[in-house]
Amino acid sequence: MERHQRVRFYQVGSHVVGNRLLDPEQRTVQARMDRSNTLTCGHRACRGCGEALGARYVLDAAKRAADGKLIAANATGCLEVFSTPFPETSWQLPWIHSLFGNAPAVASGVAAALRAKGRDDIRVVGQGGDGGTVDIGFGCLSGMFERNDDVLFVCYDNEAYMNTGVQRSGATPPAARTANTKPIGEHLGNRFGQGKDLPRIAMAHGIPYVATATVAEPHDLERKVETAMAIHGARYLHVFVPCPLGWGSEAHDTIKLARLVKETGLFPVFEAVEGEVVGVSRIRRRTPVEEYLKLQRRYAHLFGDPGHPEIVARLQAGADRNIREFHLLDPAGEEVAW
Amino acid sequence: MLRQIEGSAAVAETVARCRPEVVCAYPISPQTHIVEGLSDLVRAGDLSPCEYMTVESEFAALSVCIGAAAAGARAYTATASQGLLYMAEALYNASGLGLPIVMTVANRALGSPINIWNDHSDSMSQRDCGWLQLYAEDNQEAADLHVQAFRIAEELSLPVMVCMDGFILTHAVERVDVPEAGPVDAFLPPFEPRQLLDPAEPMTIGAMVGPEAFAEVKYLAHAKQLQALDTIPAVAAEFEQSFGRSSGGLVRGYRLEDAETVVVALGSVLGTIEETIDAMREEEGMPIGALAIKTFRPFPMEAVRAALQGAKRVVVLEKALAVGRGGIVSADVRMALSGIELDGHTVIAGLGGRPITGASLRRLFGDAVAGRLGPLTFLDLNWELIEAELGRMGEGGRSGPHAENILREVGVVAGGSH
Repeated sequence: MERHQRVRFYQVGSHVVGNRLLDPEQRTVQARMDRSNTLTCGHRACRGCGEALGARYVLDAAKRAADGKLIAANATGCLEVFSTPFPETSWQLPWIHSLFGNAPAVASGVAAALRAKGRDDIRVVGQGGDGGTVDIGFGCLSGMFERNDDVLFVCYDNEAYMNTGVQRSGATPPAARTANTKPIGEHLGNRFGQGKDLPRIAMAHGIPYVATATVAEPHDLERKVETAMAIHGARYLHVFVPCPLGWGSEAHDTIKLARLVKETGLFPVFEAVEGEVVGVSRIRRRTPVEEYLKLQRRYAHLFGDPGHPEIVARLQAGADRNIREFHLLDPAGEEVAW
Repeated sequence: MLRQIEGSAAVAETVARCRPEVVCAYPISPQTHIVEGLSDLVRAGDLSPCEYMTVESEFAALSVCIGAAAAGARAYTATASQGLLYMAEALYNASGLGLPIVMTVANRALGSPINIWNDHSDSMSQRDCGWLQLYAEDNQEAADLHVQAFRIAEELSLPVMVCMDGFILTHAVERVDVPEAGPVDAFLPPFEPRQLLDPAEPMTIGAMVGPEAFAEVKYLAHAKQLQALDTIPAVAAEFEQSFGRSSGGLVRGYRLEDAETVVVALGSVLGTIEETIDAMREEEGMPIGALAIKTFRPFPMEAVRAALQGAKRVVVLEKALAVGRGGIVSADVRMALSGIELDGHTVIAGLGGRPITGASLRRLFGDAVAGRLGPLTFLDLNWELIEAELGRMGEGGRSGPHAENILREVGVVAGGSH
């Protein structure tokens, strides 16, 4: 039997295995000459925008998987605003924006129309930010899941309402500073709580496929999009996308933050089929949460003199719980053996 | 073929013959029987191809229709009351995007206090959302208007509400000739969308528009509604030719020839009004007539002006209330009559299902003719109850909730057997 070694990828700052060293067929969709540039250049996203990156990765891969026949329904938010300063549009696919809270239902309607017309060859993606997904769009999303409509919904999660000026959302992590969770007096940023863990809420609907990913690992992200596109029914992809403007991070740290959020355990990267976790991306080098937090001014109030080590410890405890629950460490220990 | 049939069933059968490709349903009384009927027809294979979707809210119901219409499907839904309000954001979106969705509104009051019975508060509250609004007088017209609505919507690329009085029409069994499939197919060609989400020809729909072009886009919406003033009567005339009966149009006059007093109204109450007019003409020789407004949006200014300009007095009978001002329809009627001097009266009647009886109307019209009617009247209001509650409020302190206080005073159990 031929032994096939799986190539693992680590980005700058670790063991560099470049995309270029791979066989052309194994390279990312993004690295291909024939990528469709579904979200093409000229849009008005900020420097270092994780959402613009995530949307292009996801839609290029989805469009490739759908043989170019893809329709997108977009929620109101940064992605919608920065991509369509009409008469310019960055979208190289049929694209509709209706409202903030209805993108999943609009996508369901498009899918229903296509089914009625016998056009099963055309596929449908719904997409929005965390506000449009976990908060205002949640009812429509849950309905779309429950009916198992043939839609892949993608949440680009940057953990707050960035388009309106960085207000708290149901996906904002504890202790984070936003425009309405400022560290004032005894208040130390956003309250501690469960937030809305939408990937797991999606899993509770028992839909065929749920996955999380970050923009730091395009191979993993694209593979998940391809897996999702090979399935019919309701599918959910939750992509972690750093926001330099809202987080007070450097534009050049977007990929680094997306990598660190996984390496700390704060954001478990996994996939689930019909409500059961079938795979996790293991932490390669376990990293204390401080390394991730300190790169973002939204956590600046936790550090310095005297700082709030007890809050940082609570955040670390949350990461540790994710690590235990999702088995994010290799069973052999922290060092990954391959 | 004439049949004894419930209004909702007649509408469901008619909608099915219009071959919608996506039907979206969320339950709210009194529209439920319509979408239940459509569910049966889809399940029995009588309506195919059609995707019947049961969604989690009215907001989703209309949003699904928005997606379906943008993807080129003929889309239909129905709602009422709170459901229409829950759709409000999507109503403006559907009309702004120019998507020819047809929706039945089974007219019902708006809470609070919660009330399931008929008035026009729901559709009147959305009169400026950019949808065309057609009002049915009876169930034959309710059925016929749906066939016309799809045709009008698709010709203009605008959404249309067909408003029919909840319970009074939706749950009434009367003779209806449900439009047959063949003539409907001949009358209503397949939907050819003006804009389409199509991978073969990618298009961006729903972009942001700033101050540089927003007013022009909105003016175009207005211009399209003005076009509808030609399209609606043309479609009604063609319908009459094809089906041999008159339904729809902009307005319909009743015994207006020599009428000094004209009663203006919408919907099923016209039946009672016309009977009252007949009696007053025959028994008292009173020169009185009526004007039915069939199309409320766009508002047929010229047709209303032409019908009313010879009258001495106009009584607008409204099943909705602009709180803090009075009439809603009246304001539009007055605008249509600008420059013409006549006595104008607004009467608020039938709120929350309060019966509008022939006896009350006869008294009301008599008062109008005798000059005893003020500019704003609430028909059959129980002033004792109101004064008692005003008194309680005047005493200061915690007087309690109005609705519950008044119900206690009336001494009946709210909601009856429902």
